[in-house]
Amino acid sequence: MTKIIVDGIEIDVPADYTLLQACEEAGAEIPRFCFHERLSIAGNCRMCLVEVKGGPKPVASCAWAVRDCRPGPNGEPPVISTKSPMVKKAREGVMEFLLINHPLDCPICDQGGECDLQDQAMAYGVDTSRFAENKRAVEDKYIGPLVKTQMNRCIQCTRCVRFTTEVAGVPDLGAIGRGEDMEITSYLENAMQSELQGNVIDLCPVGALTSKPFAFKARPWELSKTESVDVMDALGSAIRVDARGREVMRILPRINEAVNEEWISDKTRFVWDGLKTQRLDRPYVRVDGRLRPASWGEAFQAIAAKLKGADPKRIGFIAGDLASVEEMYALKLLASSLGVANIDGRQDGTKLHPKFGRASYLFNSTVLGIEEADAILLVGSDPRREAPVLNARIRKRWRMGPLPIGLVGEPVDLTYDVQALGAGAETLAGIADGSVAFAGVLKNAKKPLIIVGQGALTRPDGEAVLALAAKVAQAVGAVTPEWNGFSVLHTAAARVGALDLGLVPGEGGLDAASMAAPGGADVLFLLGADEIEVAPGAFVIYQGTHGDRGAHRADVILPGAAYTEKHGTYVNTEGRVQLGARASFPLGEAKEDWAILRALSDVLGHRLPFDSLQQLRAKLYADVPHMAQIDRIVPADPAAIAGLAAAGGAPDKAPFRRAVTDLYLTNPIARASAVMAECSALAQGGVAVAAE
Amino acid sequence: MLADRDRIFTNLYGLHSPGLKAAQMRGAWDGTKFLLEKGKDWIIDEMKKSGLRGRGGAGFPTGLKWSFMPKQSDGRPSYLVINGDESEPGTCKDREILRHDPHLLIEGAMIASFAMGAHAAYIYIRGEFIAEREALQRAVDEAYEARLIGKDNIHGYPFDFIVHHGAGAYICGEETALLESLEGKKGMPRLKPPFPANMGLYGCPTTVNNVESIAVAGTILRRGAAWFAGLGRPNNTGTKLFCVSGHVNTPCNVEEEMGLTFRELIDRHCGGIRGGWDNLLCVIPGGSSVPLVPAEQIIDANMDFDTLRNLKSGLGTAAVIVMDKSTDIVRAIARISYFYKHESCGQCTPCREGTGWMWRVLNRMAEGRAQKREIDMLLEVTTQVEGHTICALGDAAAWPVQGLIRHFRHEIEKRIDQYAANPHSEPVRNYGVAAE
Repeated sequence: MTKIIVDGIEIDVPADYTLLQACEEAGAEIPRFCFHERLSIAGNCRMCLVEVKGGPKPVASCAWAVRDCRPGPNGEPPVISTKSPMVKKAREGVMEFLLINHPLDCPICDQGGECDLQDQAMAYGVDTSRFAENKRAVEDKYIGPLVKTQMNRCIQCTRCVRFTTEVAGVPDLGAIGRGEDMEITSYLENAMQSELQGNVIDLCPVGALTSKPFAFKARPWELSKTESVDVMDALGSAIRVDARGREVMRILPRINEAVNEEWISDKTRFVWDGLKTQRLDRPYVRVDGRLRPASWGEAFQAIAAKLKGADPKRIGFIAGDLASVEEMYALKLLASSLGVANIDGRQDGTKLHPKFGRASYLFNSTVLGIEEADAILLVGSDPRREAPVLNARIRKRWRMGPLPIGLVGEPVDLTYDVQALGAGAETLAGIADGSVAFAGVLKNAKKPLIIVGQGALTRPDGEAVLALAAKVAQAVGAVTPEWNGFSVLHTAAARVGALDLGLVPGEGGLDAASMAAPGGADVLFLLGADEIEVAPGAFVIYQGTHGDRGAHRADVILPGAAYTEKHGTYVNTEGRVQLGARASFPLGEAKEDWAILRALSDVLGHRLPFDSLQQLRAKLYADVPHMAQIDRIVPADPAAIAGLAAAGGAPDKAPFRRAVTDLYLTNPIARASAVMAECSALAQGGVAVAAE
Repeated sequence: MLADRDRIFTNLYGLHSPGLKAAQMRGAWDGTKFLLEKGKDWIIDEMKKSGLRGRGGAGFPTGLKWSFMPKQSDGRPSYLVINGDESEPGTCKDREILRHDPHLLIEGAMIASFAMGAHAAYIYIRGEFIAEREALQRAVDEAYEARLIGKDNIHGYPFDFIVHHGAGAYICGEETALLESLEGKKGMPRLKPPFPANMGLYGCPTTVNNVESIAVAGTILRRGAAWFAGLGRPNNTGTKLFCVSGHVNTPCNVEEEMGLTFRELIDRHCGGIRGGWDNLLCVIPGGSSVPLVPAEQIIDANMDFDTLRNLKSGLGTAAVIVMDKSTDIVRAIARISYFYKHESCGQCTPCREGTGWMWRVLNRMAEGRAQKREIDMLLEVTTQVEGHTICALGDAAAWPVQGLIRHFRHEIEKRIDQYAANPHSEPVRNYGVAAE
């Protein structure tokens, strides 16, 4: 710790702190544009200049370490001033320079109201301009369907360039030209290739990079802001949903160091236009082969008529990928009250099962734990598509120091170096018995991390593969009292919640695939399950939000609430219980899903024992206590891994396939989004880019 | 006048062969092994005693700079990097060394590398210096051939000399931008600290020296620090290559004693000022980046670091640009200003935005198309750039303008009055671009 005096306040800070950190520690506010906590230091905007006593000129506080300051002649602590005339003049000067070529088109700029340049010009600038020349004009660039450019406004802070190269790991953006001709561009003006590119919108301190889908839609101050969690992947990123009236206008990240830092994927950020199209806003009943609008009563009667005489063995319930814990819990209670054992929350057919213990299906190392890992084995997983923000965390760790990463499965393009070890279970077996050289790397690592993806588990022999992966974890010492490196990466936000609740077939029950197969179930209830094909013959009740695959197959449609329209609990891939909040109300006659199930149960004569969400949660917490531990992870007993490893089984030789082939079209909301469709087409190479 | 026996660059004009044989006859590579055997500490101490100040412009004591390098390696190699990116307008001294006396440079590089524990020296040569690069490469090949340098050489100290050719950017003469460029990145200055002596080329301890500073090292050590310190004036010792250009009768490069007066320099070597001493308007004494000095102050001034600093200018690279009274001084400085606008790397705000602003205002002032209050505004803009940038290019862009306003404000005001008396609507002539 080093003593340092900031504006007369003596503080004690670590010597490796920058002056900017030290000043903030002392309560002094330092304006900045180029500096960002999560990016490398550029020191180019010169806004953060402070005076170090004894120095001839001000120094950039973002780049100057406390240890670089010389103590006084008698060993007095260095003296920093952030309010001296020298600093004031420096800030005013830099601000004037930034503004001379800035268009000052705030009235038509989407950044208005949340613009660093605007705010800091008010706080640190002067009121008039002395610049009498013509302003620089810069051509706008096409950098993809998500980020709109207005390059006149750019102040060349290079945050976007540093983000894409460092965090996103793609060489999409760069600066060309020198001096005042320096321009930020994607070189050939083709679309950015990153699935995290939307974050440059947040990073841009001015209005040079703004959201294209959100362009000219709303002003930030007219939006109501709701803190929630994302359901587009299993990571459960912290988000803020900005709505105007009933309409979700945009989605932004919130900071959650343990999960997403402050990044979100493009799917999370831009999916909101899918919330407005293809929506189910009233119940439908299929009459004479056609779906006709119906009232809630009619829909419920149609269901009751079908269920009344049905054999419980011929009834099935499947929960989808976006369901919250509350509605899945209500679904489970409803099924058991009907005496139905055919219930499944794993529509993708993954062989994860709570019978192996909770540790068998969680990302046990936790996302934060990735930063501690010193060797990683990816098993049938493509984190870049399955959880882009988690992939960025792996890349962050990879950048911090040597990190060998091995991949068993289909070769994928990740944002770090990966050693391709083999295609399938044979290679995995080789690692378990040490015959593959990478086993040694994992063994020598202090904290090896085995990431098992759904590509390895959603196959008939998934259970054997899972057991084999557990065996690898045991063999290389990935499971110790201090460290559990056996980590399952899920692809669906609902999955861990479903497994925690035990949404798996009961005694003699059928799993999702068997229910949907020909001759499976006579009556099938799909709770937002769209990724499963139901064979002809069954009577399908679909409860969900979008006119997607499930609704097309349905005989009765019950309109539910999307994730921004209901309060709900979601458990992410690490087992972290998080609360989503309602930002706007369900469309039309749609209702919150737990309430639909409660109402239906009444019609069926098996009234569920709660009348409000509070009562439902109270019962849920009593049944599944860890659901009450909001924002926390209740660690799972690692002994489960040993049990799993002992389960054995004979996996076949088929190579592991990717679980997510098209990142942008994984769920009904995304499939309804025009923006996601465009992203998907670009990612598949279906759209010619500018340079071609 | 500097006696011939005290000259270091005895082939400055290329009258003799630059080849190894001829260079050895002139004294290069004489007793190098003996010098190395005296040890690192002796070399650095001798360099300190000689009072040699860096010849690249800033005038930092060379021996002191060498002593900043780590005495014990922490596992990282040390490097010597020689700055041959001689781009300062008016300067052409390194060019002559590279062309005609390359062996002095290579020998100096070996000695300096030895003193700093470096086994490799890189030289970064200005992009436009194509013949010079070829000449140096020839000399390097000769030295390898004669086993003067190389992994296994007659001096018993493994040493490699690598010639790297730049692509022609002024900013790459800034030491950290040079390192970036040498590493294959965009030539943009780095933030300091850390300084190159701690984290330089490829993250290893590095010293960056000017070509001339390195080239004189061998001779200084051979003839002794006392000899070198005996030349010149206190704190400004030794000999220096002056590059005199502009309105003198015979512009030239010449090696002279530090601290001779401007009048001596011009009368002895340059045939006097064009049109006589009364016709002298002003002088830029150290390359385009230092403020100009008007005739009455410079004529009898000593040409050394300290005297010129006291005249609020600087010796810089000793590129003396002489301007007589036919010079349109406002236009001249506007052209210099254009140069800095053009060469600004664009990394940090004050320089990126300020250089263009200063050039545009000066450009108008050159025609008188400005307001008198803008002169003070311009001066303030220069102070907003100066000292607020990552590297010294911001200062270099500001100083000439400050010099102009300090000494020739009346000239700008006269222009403005003339224009105000006869305003016209013809567009402003773009001197910067037209001059290209």
